[in-house]
Parts: sequence; C-alpha cells; structure tokens
Amino acid sequence: MSRTILVNFIRFFALVFLQVFLLKNLTLYNLSTPYFYILFILLLPFETPNLLLFALAFILGITIDAFYDTPGLHAASCVLLAFVRILFISITVQKEGFDNEPEPTMSVMGFRWFFTYALILTLFHHFFLFNLEVFRFSEIPYTLSRFVLSSIFTVFLMLLTGFLFYRRKERT
Amino acid sequence: MRNLLIFITKYNAFFLFLVFEIAALTVYVKYNSFQKATFISSTSKVTGALYTQVNGLKDYLRLKEVNDSIAKENARLRNQLKSSFYTDTAVKHDVTDSVYKQQYTFISAKVINNSVNRATNYITINRGSKQGVAKGMGVICSSGLVGKVIFVGEHLSVVQSLLHKDSRFSAMLANGKEIGYIEWSDDLDPHKGILKDVSNNAQPKLGEQVVTSQYSLFPAGIPVGKVSNLHTRQGGYTLNMEVALAVDFSKLLYVDVVVNKLAQEQTGLEAQEKKDE
Repeated sequence: MSRTILVNFIRFFALVFLQVFLLKNLTLYNLSTPYFYILFILLLPFETPNLLLFALAFILGITIDAFYDTPGLHAASCVLLAFVRILFISITVQKEGFDNEPEPTMSVMGFRWFFTYALILTLFHHFFLFNLEVFRFSEIPYTLSRFVLSSIFTVFLMLLTGFLFYRRKERT
Repeated sequence: MRNLLIFITKYNAFFLFLVFEIAALTVYVKYNSFQKATFISSTSKVTGALYTQVNGLKDYLRLKEVNDSIAKENARLRNQLKSSFYTDTAVKHDVTDSVYKQQYTFISAKVINNSVNRATNYITINRGSKQGVAKGMGVICSSGLVGKVIFVGEHLSVVQSLLHKDSRFSAMLANGKEIGYIEWSDDLDPHKGILKDVSNNAQPKLGEQVVTSQYSLFPAGIPVGKVSNLHTRQGGYTLNMEVALAVDFSKLLYVDVVVNKLAQEQTGLEAQEKKDE
C-alpha cells in the first residue's frame, strides 16, 4: 500500500516536471503538442476510490495550469478524463480476480487493452482541452487538426513509456 | 430521502464529476478577471522560482544568440552617436532644450517563461511592481512590438503577447500613415499578423513596413512587421492585409517595458470626457 503511494507520488512530480520543462517547448509544425502528463491519471490503481481519483485529477490539472498560466483549463479537462476513466474501466474490467492492487499498466493488462484505454481517454481529454482553449466555432478545422495530431503524439509517448517499463507478467 | 441517498451513492462517480467539473470551469471563467486567480499563475512564488531556476540553466545554451543580438544593438546605437556624424557648419552651440521633455522611459527585463504554440500565449518577465512596472504598459524588444503587461507581481510580471487571440494594438503603414490595428492571424502562425481596418484610400505595397501608431501604448514608429500579402479577406469598406511579424517570438530573450509618463493624465482626461457625454 505505502509502496503504491510512493510510486504514484514520484510519478506525479516526474510527469509534471517533464511536461512543464521539456514537452512545453516541444511542438511539431505548430500543430502537435503532447500533453503527456495525463498518464498519471491513467496509471492510478484500479482500487482508487472515486473521490480520491477526482481530487487527484483536479490537483494535477491545477498544477499544470499554474505553469501554463491558464487557471482551470487543464483542471476541467483532467476531471473529465477521470470520469471517462471510471466509465471505461467499469465497462471493460471485472472487479474480481485481482489481488495486490494492480495498476492499469501495459504489463498487467496487455498491449491491446492498454492501447484502447490510452487512445480513448486521450481523445476525450484533448478534444475537451483544445475546444475549451479556443472556444470559437470559426477555427474548427484548425482546432480539429491540432486535436488529432496532438492525440497521436501523446498516445505515441504513452506506448513508448509502456514498453520502456514493460515487465513480464508476475501474476501466478 | 433514503432512496435519494442510495441513488446518489450508486452513481457517485457522476455526481463527483459534476462537482469537480463545475469547480474547474468556475476557476476558468473567473480567470478573465485575472487578479482573482493570481495564486495559480507563473508569477506565484513556487512556479516563478522554478522557472527562474530552469531559465538560469537555459541561459548558458543561448549565450551566443545573446551576444549576437547585443552586438547588433551596439552597432545600431553607435550609429546614432553624435560623434559618428560630421558637422558641416563651423560654429556649433549646444542649447539645453526645455521644449522636449522625456515622455517614454524603458525598463529592461529578461524573459523567464514564454510560449508561442497555444491560442493564448503569455510571457513572464523578471521585473515587477518594485521596479516600476504597472498593468497596461506596453512591451517591446530590440526588433519590435511584443505585447502588453496584464498582471504585475512584486518581482515578476505576465505579458500578454501579440500572439494571443484577444491582443489588438493600433498600428499604421509606415509610408502612407494610414491607421489600422494589428492582430494575430487566425491560423495561430507565430510569424504572421493581420493588419485590419485600414481605410480604402491606402495603397499598401508588398514589403512595406508596418509600425506602431501614435495612438498606441508605444512610442510611434516601433516596427511591427512587413506587409506580406494583400489578398486577404476584405472587410467591406476597409482593407485587411497579412503582416510578417518583425519579432521572432520563439527566440525572445530580453524585452523593454515602455513607461509612458503621460499615460495617467491621458486616461484620466479621456475618462472624464466619457463622463461628460
């Protein structure tokens, strides 16, 4: 239990630092910006209580907002992300049959499940984020292309990290 | 009542979602009045300190560019020195001129945080109210117009750059003196602006300089960019044209905050005029 908390704590800071000091400066052709920090919410253990999940998502969003000078924007998107996560997990995963607090990582759940999971959640988050940021109908084609290309970039980074920390199944 | 409680606990995810989402959106909407959310911005203690630290590191990587820009600026200033002009009259007398008093002074500042790739771009600089920066002052750099101060902390300030969907500054064509206003282009290209509402009598040429007008926050004649395309959407009785911006925002290092000594008097008078009407 305490190990899970520690791991998630470190992951929180590592992802925020990575996002704010490296990925913030990274843009491909002014269209594709990765928002990789949402991996933190994706990788929280299955057993996380809903209240804690929403609170963490809100705190993560506000932290990113503080660095991006956009109070509320990322917080709102992250809360939506947390909600979609709950729905997705309740549909695709049956609660029984897990011991020792598993996390929805690629090593535990397999590539196919993780890919769908990351893709769907990222799409929701990015769609909401980009549209809330611009908040105009006149720029829809541009916003949509930013949304699609950024989502691809983010998911790509997530899969890379998934493979990087891939461990053979320890479940017996 | 019991049924209601059961209902809420059964769908607790949805209700929690509503609560948090409303909280986040409230913060987002309130943010338009910037002061209320100051603790969540890059002038706050923690984020400001972190940005300053990381910026110290980045400075080493950029020393060459800084050197170049300073050398260029030096050359330009040297050109303006009296000693680099020759006098063709034999007698020369200096007069202390009491007609001209300084209207603009400049506070030099360093950029510690910057972005160009979002719909709303802000720049954080390392000068604040202690050094005399105030809300609403203009910001320029050696190559041209940068933006406007929108929030001032004690040691840091946030500048809304020209690359912001709400930015709008008065500008004019350098040769014809026709007034219009400059905005960021719709497609979020950081090198492109649009000069709007120029009167139909103007005859702009490709490559003509666009500079700030005398009605702006800035001294007149600060470069904004060059006209790069005349065939943009026209707005009825006025002309719109594309402008290639003079400042490369992604490489911004040092900026100057413009202090207009007469600004207070002007806004005071104009407010009075409105009241009288």
